[in-house]
Amino acid sequence: MAIIVERKRLSFWERTYLPQIFSGLYITIKNFFSPKVTLEYPDQRPVLPVGYRGAPVLVSDSNGRNKCVSCQLCEFVCPSKAIKVTPSAIPEDSEYAFIEKGPSEFQIDMSRCIFCGYCQEACPEQAIVMSTEFSINAYSRAGLLRKKNDLYKSGGVVPDRIMKWQKVKENSQKGK
Amino acid sequence: MFSNSLIFAEVAPSFWDNVWSIVLPVLCSLICIVVVMTFAGLSVVAERKISSYIQGRWGPNRTAIPYIEVIPFVGNFLKKNGLMQLAADGLKFLLKEDPLPKHVNKFWYMIAPVMSLAPVLIAASVIPFGIYWLDGKSNAIAVANLDVSLLFALAIGSLGVLGGIMAGWSSNSKLPYIGGMRAAAQVISYELAMGLSVLPVILMVASKGVQSPMSLFEISNAQSNSLWFCISQPLSALIFIVALFAETNRLPFDMAESETDIVSGYHTEYGSFKFGLFFVGEYGHIVVGSSIFIALFLGGWNPLPCESWPQSWGIWASILSVITFLVKIAMMIFFFIWIRWTLPRFRNDQVMNLGWKCLLPLALANFVGYLIYTSIR
Amino acid sequence: METQKVKVNINGVDYMVEAGLNILEACKSVGVEIPFFCYHPSLKVAGSCRMCLIQMGTPARDRATGEPVLDENGVQKIAWMPKPVIACGTNVSEGMHIITDNEMVKDCRRGVLEFLLLNHPLDCPICDKAGECKLQEYTHVYGQEQSRYVEDKNVKRKKRPLGSKIMVDAERCIQCSRCIRFCKEYIGRSIMGFTKRGSKVEIGFYDDADNESNYLLNIVDGCPVGALTEKEFRFKMRTWFLKTSESICGESSAGVNTRVWSREGKIYRITPRQNALVNDMFMSDTGRYTFKKYEQNRLEQAKIDSTPCETEYAILRACDIANIGDIAIVANAWQTVEEMYLLKDLSKTCNIEVFMASHVAEDDNKLVSADRTPNMRGALTTGLVDEYPTATVEKLVQKVRNGEVKTIICFGEDLLEIGFDAKDLKNVNIVYCGTVENETSKQAKICIPLKTEFEKDGMWINRQFRLQRFVKAVDAPSGAVSDICLISEVLKKIGNQNFTTPSVNDIRVLMSQKIPMFAGCEKIGSMGMLLDGSNFANIDFPEEDAINFKKCK
Repeated sequence: MAIIVERKRLSFWERTYLPQIFSGLYITIKNFFSPKVTLEYPDQRPVLPVGYRGAPVLVSDSNGRNKCVSCQLCEFVCPSKAIKVTPSAIPEDSEYAFIEKGPSEFQIDMSRCIFCGYCQEACPEQAIVMSTEFSINAYSRAGLLRKKNDLYKSGGVVPDRIMKWQKVKENSQKGK
Repeated sequence: MFSNSLIFAEVAPSFWDNVWSIVLPVLCSLICIVVVMTFAGLSVVAERKISSYIQGRWGPNRTAIPYIEVIPFVGNFLKKNGLMQLAADGLKFLLKEDPLPKHVNKFWYMIAPVMSLAPVLIAASVIPFGIYWLDGKSNAIAVANLDVSLLFALAIGSLGVLGGIMAGWSSNSKLPYIGGMRAAAQVISYELAMGLSVLPVILMVASKGVQSPMSLFEISNAQSNSLWFCISQPLSALIFIVALFAETNRLPFDMAESETDIVSGYHTEYGSFKFGLFFVGEYGHIVVGSSIFIALFLGGWNPLPCESWPQSWGIWASILSVITFLVKIAMMIFFFIWIRWTLPRFRNDQVMNLGWKCLLPLALANFVGYLIYTSIR
Repeated sequence: METQKVKVNINGVDYMVEAGLNILEACKSVGVEIPFFCYHPSLKVAGSCRMCLIQMGTPARDRATGEPVLDENGVQKIAWMPKPVIACGTNVSEGMHIITDNEMVKDCRRGVLEFLLLNHPLDCPICDKAGECKLQEYTHVYGQEQSRYVEDKNVKRKKRPLGSKIMVDAERCIQCSRCIRFCKEYIGRSIMGFTKRGSKVEIGFYDDADNESNYLLNIVDGCPVGALTEKEFRFKMRTWFLKTSESICGESSAGVNTRVWSREGKIYRITPRQNALVNDMFMSDTGRYTFKKYEQNRLEQAKIDSTPCETEYAILRACDIANIGDIAIVANAWQTVEEMYLLKDLSKTCNIEVFMASHVAEDDNKLVSADRTPNMRGALTTGLVDEYPTATVEKLVQKVRNGEVKTIICFGEDLLEIGFDAKDLKNVNIVYCGTVENETSKQAKICIPLKTEFEKDGMWINRQFRLQRFVKAVDAPSGAVSDICLISEVLKKIGNQNFTTPSVNDIRVLMSQKIPMFAGCEKIGSMGMLLDGSNFANIDFPEEDAINFKKCK
């Protein structure tokens, strides 16, 4: 069954289209002279909002200690299986041997990462954080595999308010 | 290249020897082609730039040619305004693989792009770009100053649609075919209204006692030191410009290649340089169409209504007249693009309705009304 | 045997439970969970952790007369204990009332946990027990969210080896004494104990004790927290990544029930699985590392004359050689019952003699029996061999030397170890089918890689004639075939038989129908099925008495 849609009856001037055309021309010419919204990307950088989730990186505390203890919670929580941690014991001769455990390798496959930030949320040591790096590129798949050293390098130092391991160390010295 | 076959108007036969009389028209034709093609090319850049400005973007501003780019001011100016993008676009058309689909009719398929560009360039030969004075007699700066140049331009100009029809038919594919047919239907529908709309103008010119009122030069000349015809004949001008939009297949009338329903219309199956020819042909059409409109209604080379470049300035007045004409073409192109990004595309039946049921009766009424008006007066 | 039942009321619901159980087990049997740390079903009750505190009452009786005390409705009153009692150390009695979920019990648990956590380091990110830690689980379920303890925690020795296989973290220890009781009761020597007092208590070996035992790693399994960790597994992988599959230990004919923990095709550890009729909750330390023997020298690709080739092609060539005749098969007792059944079929159809060798070593009277093969009784029950094999295959050696046997199809055995000398091997074509490289495989004409017990399904029969099944834990390397596939292919080619290669279950169904002894074997559960071994009573098995096993005669 055909449905007849009642349309608004147009006035004479409306039927000539001309007033509409002129008002349309006015709008477009106004836009022509209005400021442009395009961000000229490599020259201009976007202002990133607070809490922006870029590439996940590993950080060190203000003493320069690499914070990750390879608990593998990020690996567990990662919905896209981008993180691969190889846990191992910290060598006895290390300054941080008392922490016992650290990653011998920590690998994030940036081609798999979906920037959900779960790793940051799961991390009990606040060692993995979402950086503001959004332009992630490489010439090969292998180039998108970020290794432990790269991750610490791009993460840099993030001051730690609690310094849990520092306290552990001080306590153990007090205990002795 | 095509101007060799043109009828050449003898400007002053007694002054030129035989060799010169052959070389000069070839030179003139070349200059004319260069001007039209340059404007076509620039309008491609303008299209991209203006559309992006209207949409709040910057448009092409990154393409750079080595060495030229580093020239102070000029290089940056070219780059920022996307002018070097033109070279990149052209090179792209030239260097891309030239596909020849297996299912097409090869001969017409190859001829079609040429057929869409050639009539435009031919029609350009009669456009009076300016005025010069020789022995106190005014002459047109045109390749050929015909007595019936208006008719010639309208006739040859609308032949451009032939290329579209050929392309649509020879492509042996549904959507190009529909595109070609739409182009043909549109040209037929609007050609009548267009022709009728200029009749009052011709009558008006003739009433001034001009010898050949169908000459574009004479029509333009009639507007010097008087009101332009767009003011004295506003309805004619309106009908003509609407028909012109339809003829040149510009939005809101680009039924022949409306991407939303028939992919890309008659040149769907084309690529590379052949597509480039269609592309340039279309913009050439706009340039020539604008020129005719300027000559008819916008006072040709005259700077302002009721004003003209004084004869006493001699060669400077001639140069200024040409510049004026070219500036007007540029403004018309801007107008074309401006309209494109303002109005949405019509439906095909709306296009037909507008042509046959509105513009044609209106043009007729305009003509009859003008006849009655003049006879009463 | 009908056990005596008593009626108890748990959280307001009456249940009939076995008499003599403690409250903890009784509640468990009806599905009411009571948390505990120090209690272990196989060890004596210590009652040291106080985690299983519950409220308990018995029907009230008049002290003087012994008459039941009734309330105004005529129902016997319940004499509630004034203080909570430990569920592990209290046995159920008729009419007992137990409450495990009221505010007082919850408060007890919260308090106990708070005390335990006072000096417990928050090590979970680096603690290998995380994920299977009782303290962690109970803190989540019963604990309080915040710590009120503002003083410094006790500092103890964190990283200390205990013997050669275990690391102790004294800070994490909650003094449940399970490890001490295990050593005393199961290993039979009192080698561990507490030192120091109060919150400074640490566990450790007595200095002068002989502290090496093949069962020591069971204290790691038993430790409810991360105080004891296995050096081998330490920091290798978090437990929540590991998939478990039920398996049987192939170390000896004890048939210890195990659980194989693997991730992405790699086995990380093997732990005991509870089976009260076989191994209870324990296993030997050596049995935990049986998977390691396949990590090195694994035969991963078929070879012909030491040149790698496709497995299918190697099988074809093996059949060609076998078709010449004069073949003998050397089977091994690591093969599953199903494979032995098929092998018996092959030997019967094609008239090929099958030889086996025994692997006997010292019996420890616990969970490592003298017979170091898991399935020698399978070979006997399927008829692959008639009597208990000797350590060498003298008969076969003689036949090879006489020239009666020109081709040996050898399943996994190293011929040099079972009676052949190097000279013999040169005079005979060897088709070696096995999982690891050995001297025989190096001299074999054709090598075909097989799947290990962790890579296939199967059944073994242990020293009690208990048929037990194991399931695949990890994927095999791409070149390896299962014994069943291999034997089927050979049977098709040289026995000229036409059938589709059976699955493990097909063979189980077939065996269940054909051999009365195996009736119902396709449906055995995780506890296994005890077969009737009386037909083999006259065979002199090498195993000695142990827990859950009595030698015949």
